[in-house]
Amino acid sequence: MFLKFSQITFFYFLLLSQVNGAESGGMPQLNPEFWFSQIFWLIITFGFMFVVLSKLVLPKISENLETRKAQISENIESAEKQRLESENKIKEYNKLILESKNEAKNYFNQAREKILKDVDKKRENLEKEINEEISKAEKEIEDLKNKSPDKVRKIAIETSSDLIKQVIGVDVNNSSISAIVEDISRKRN
Amino acid sequence: MYQFNVYRIGPEIKIGEIDLSFTNASLFMVISSLAVLIIFNLGSKKSSLIPNRIQLLAELSYTFVSKMISDTAGSKAKPYFSFIFSLFMFVLFCNMFGMIPYAFTVTSHIIVTFVLAAFIFIGVTVIGFIKHGFGYLKLFVPSGVPVVLLPLIVVIEVISYLSRPVSLSVRLFANMMAGHTMMKVFGGFVISLGVVGGWLPLGFSVALTGLEILVAFLQAYVFAILTCIYLNDALNLHH
Repeated sequence: MFLKFSQITFFYFLLLSQVNGAESGGMPQLNPEFWFSQIFWLIITFGFMFVVLSKLVLPKISENLETRKAQISENIESAEKQRLESENKIKEYNKLILESKNEAKNYFNQAREKILKDVDKKRENLEKEINEEISKAEKEIEDLKNKSPDKVRKIAIETSSDLIKQVIGVDVNNSSISAIVEDISRKRN
Repeated sequence: MYQFNVYRIGPEIKIGEIDLSFTNASLFMVISSLAVLIIFNLGSKKSSLIPNRIQLLAELSYTFVSKMISDTAGSKAKPYFSFIFSLFMFVLFCNMFGMIPYAFTVTSHIIVTFVLAAFIFIGVTVIGFIKHGFGYLKLFVPSGVPVVLLPLIVVIEVISYLSRPVSLSVRLFANMMAGHTMMKVFGGFVISLGVVGGWLPLGFSVALTGLEILVAFLQAYVFAILTCIYLNDALNLHH
């Protein structure tokens, strides 16, 4: 069929070439001398190129493209994964920092409370001691106060008896002196 | 038109009556296909995460063609990727090698482009019939057309379908030939006008070279994308 087809075109163009062939041989394209040679070599070269391209070269190129695509998408995936991971790690880190901050606050609070308690206790103790001391001192003062008139009287009696002895040179009865001292102190009061 | 001449290189090879000699056209087919193979083999050798230049080139071409196919023909066209890739690269390299001075442009010969287009046409038709059986003929009956117009539309659709290989092959061939002819014409002007008047056509020639490189890429792209569109018709029949 193909041969017949080419024969028809052959004769068609042969006719054309005869029409145009008046000047300088016409178009070389319409000279059928080498048509079969051209067809033959076209089939051989194109066929060879087609077979080699389709069997060896093109699959390789397509494979290269596929692997590149796969590699790029893989890389993107792993980058995404790592991003997520790092985000998680940042979250963890923030959490850890928050926790440790809270812990530190707790420790601080506990220590403060403890110190405050200690201080309170010590102050209480101190106040107690001071109060005790004060009360003791007050008691002593009271005692001293209570005892002082007698002593003063005694001292007065003694000094007055001594005075009298030195001035006059007479031993005076202590009882009489004491009566006088009492009398004076009463008057004074 | 000397640049389009095909001549024998080496001995004459004949099988029966058919001449299969190695010609300059064959030489440039071999060069183009080998260049494609070498570049893409180098580009696929190492698999580094950051590609080097040749690997980047190979991978960019790969993704370019695969995106073109999936955009126009959907995911069902994946098994035909390597064919369309080879087609695009072959046409592109043949066009580009044709831009080298004194080189031969393989795709400027109607027979080459026609064989490629005919192969695509037959292949697409076979795929269509395999995928959809006789339901593939629904391609010629667009939905939502009044019954009165239907016979006319069907005839037009059939003609447009059958003219696909011709339009596909002639588009590439004519573009390449016209571009190279134009450059030759302007080059001839440069010679004939000489040092005095040759500068303007020389400028044109330079500009045309840039344009032709663009066209070389564009026609390869158009060839490949039209193949994808035809394939799409065969794979996803929704007319």
